[in-house]
Amino acid sequence: MSQQFNPKMIAFACNWCAYSAADLAGVSRFQYPPNVRIIRVMCSGRINPNFILKAFEMGADGVLVAG
Amino acid sequence: MSEKIDGNEQKSEETRIGVFICDCGSNIAGHLDCKAVTEYAANLPGVVYAKENLYTCSESGIGEIQDAIKTHKLSRVVVASCSPRTHQPLFQSSCGHAGMNPYLFEMVNIRDQCSWVHMEERDMATLKAKDLVRMGVAKARSLEPQQDMESPLTHRVLVIGGGVAGLSATEALADMGLDVVIVEKEQAFGGILKGLHRIGPEGKKAAECLSELIQKATTKSNVTVYHGSEVEAVGGYIGNYDITIRSAEEEAVQEKVGCIVVATGAVPFQPDGLFCYDGEGVITQMELEAQLLSGQTIPKRVVMIQCVGARFPEREYCSRICCMIAVKNALFIKRQDPDVEIEILYRDMQMYGTEKERMLNDARGSGIRFDVYDPDQPPEVVDGLVRFYQPLMGQTRELPCDLVVLSTPLVAREDTVRLSQLMRIPVDKNQFFLEAHAKLRPLDFATDGIFVCGSARYPATVVEAQSQGLGVASRVATILFKDKLITSALVAEIDPETCVGCLGCLDMCPYGAIDYIPEKAICRVNTILCKGCGCCAATCPSESASLRGFKPQQLLAQIRAV
Repeated sequence: MSQQFNPKMIAFACNWCAYSAADLAGVSRFQYPPNVRIIRVMCSGRINPNFILKAFEMGADGVLVAG
Repeated sequence: MSEKIDGNEQKSEETRIGVFICDCGSNIAGHLDCKAVTEYAANLPGVVYAKENLYTCSESGIGEIQDAIKTHKLSRVVVASCSPRTHQPLFQSSCGHAGMNPYLFEMVNIRDQCSWVHMEERDMATLKAKDLVRMGVAKARSLEPQQDMESPLTHRVLVIGGGVAGLSATEALADMGLDVVIVEKEQAFGGILKGLHRIGPEGKKAAECLSELIQKATTKSNVTVYHGSEVEAVGGYIGNYDITIRSAEEEAVQEKVGCIVVATGAVPFQPDGLFCYDGEGVITQMELEAQLLSGQTIPKRVVMIQCVGARFPEREYCSRICCMIAVKNALFIKRQDPDVEIEILYRDMQMYGTEKERMLNDARGSGIRFDVYDPDQPPEVVDGLVRFYQPLMGQTRELPCDLVVLSTPLVAREDTVRLSQLMRIPVDKNQFFLEAHAKLRPLDFATDGIFVCGSARYPATVVEAQSQGLGVASRVATILFKDKLITSALVAEIDPETCVGCLGCLDMCPYGAIDYIPEKAICRVNTILCKGCGCCAATCPSESASLRGFKPQQLLAQIRAV
């Protein structure tokens, strides 16, 4: 592994908007860095702070809640 | 890698996970190493079978999943391919057909959110795909079997409004054998059609058309009619609505229905204070219809002005049927008496469709004159004269006339807001009812079991209102032609043992799906109203509320596996 900082990102994405947008980015062949892992939820309202803290605790460098 | 979440999973059964990695032709396999991902998946905990498919969603791909469920006794299936938004239902039901509980299926998105967005980074994309599969497998391990929920349906429909749209819907629903309750505010059916003379483009008499419609719709034995009545209260939800209907004279009546059709129509705009409107020398198209209906002689010089009270800042929309109405009436007058001079002043002619376009052609051919006016310098009506600026010629013209007819838009009814609050259905900025999706669900509301047709949604011609009425009938039929209402089990639940009744979830629920039970001092989810967003689960301080399929242990399993 290189020594360069390669942040690990976790994104919680709403099924109806942000997750669809991520699909659309794919359909449109937008290219973005491969270090984000998207977790689908039915609504961003499902995400309470515990999940975000847990993500950081498990080693995430950044957390995105999108919805 | 993931550790045990809370120790009590996989007690009763051995978890046997099958993973299927889709190449999607070259869509996935062209940009990441599907073989390596499949080998990686095979070694994940709980995975007993991993297979790479050319197209997992093809008949042979589905067949491979179903065979593997049987031969390898798979208890859970993970498919890594495209988006669950498009393909989860197919895979899920296929697993169900093979005897697996469909709620034990999990999907991983390695195309739209991996191969397609990292096309130049094969190694990193492969690594990401492995991570995503690992997260999916971790979630699959913590999934719980669920049963689709069934609830009873009342096979009875409420139609609000007895105009063209409501009558057409009633007729079609009754013909399908469903019980229909139709509520009309006025004493007589027909709505706007009552005041019309003839209907374009063929010129059929409106009264004949109406009596035929009323005859067909309201004389059937399975149609219950409430004249002069209004819907006063609406309770319940899809399949089981409780309706209170009140009329002026009688006691309120209770009706139980499964679906509601909103066909309340619209009203013509009254142009008080515009263009010297007085109802005598300057009248509306509706008043002209009444004059034609009564056989009154039309004076020799007529000027019609379009877009009166429409398409200006306070009312921006185009009512889109007024052009057709003006041309229809002008044509009728001209055919009755070719000596009548008719001039139509317009901004743009909205004559959509081949039939209306032909009407416009006929009108021009029959000597009806059309002239464009400039909205910044609208025509002026002065005694016996219409003066207007013709922007193309750059000239001001004066038209002597005996009758001015104003074409006004259809506007929403005053009680639209009351009805929208009653049923919790939205209206747009012009107070017309707002459908769930203009293209994909034009007759549905976002609220399940409630539908809209006719001018309540947007100004519609008779033909359009009729076809929307028929459309709504078939939308209702898709629900009420089943014995029971079957809904997804992925909704919220509240543990009555641990709930302390703090009401925190009650305010958070966007769908009003949570009730407070005072006797037990707890909250409870109405699983039919619940749309499974999980806001309650995120709010609940005692973690009593949870969302099936997205419980903490299931999400945490994914987070831990990143």
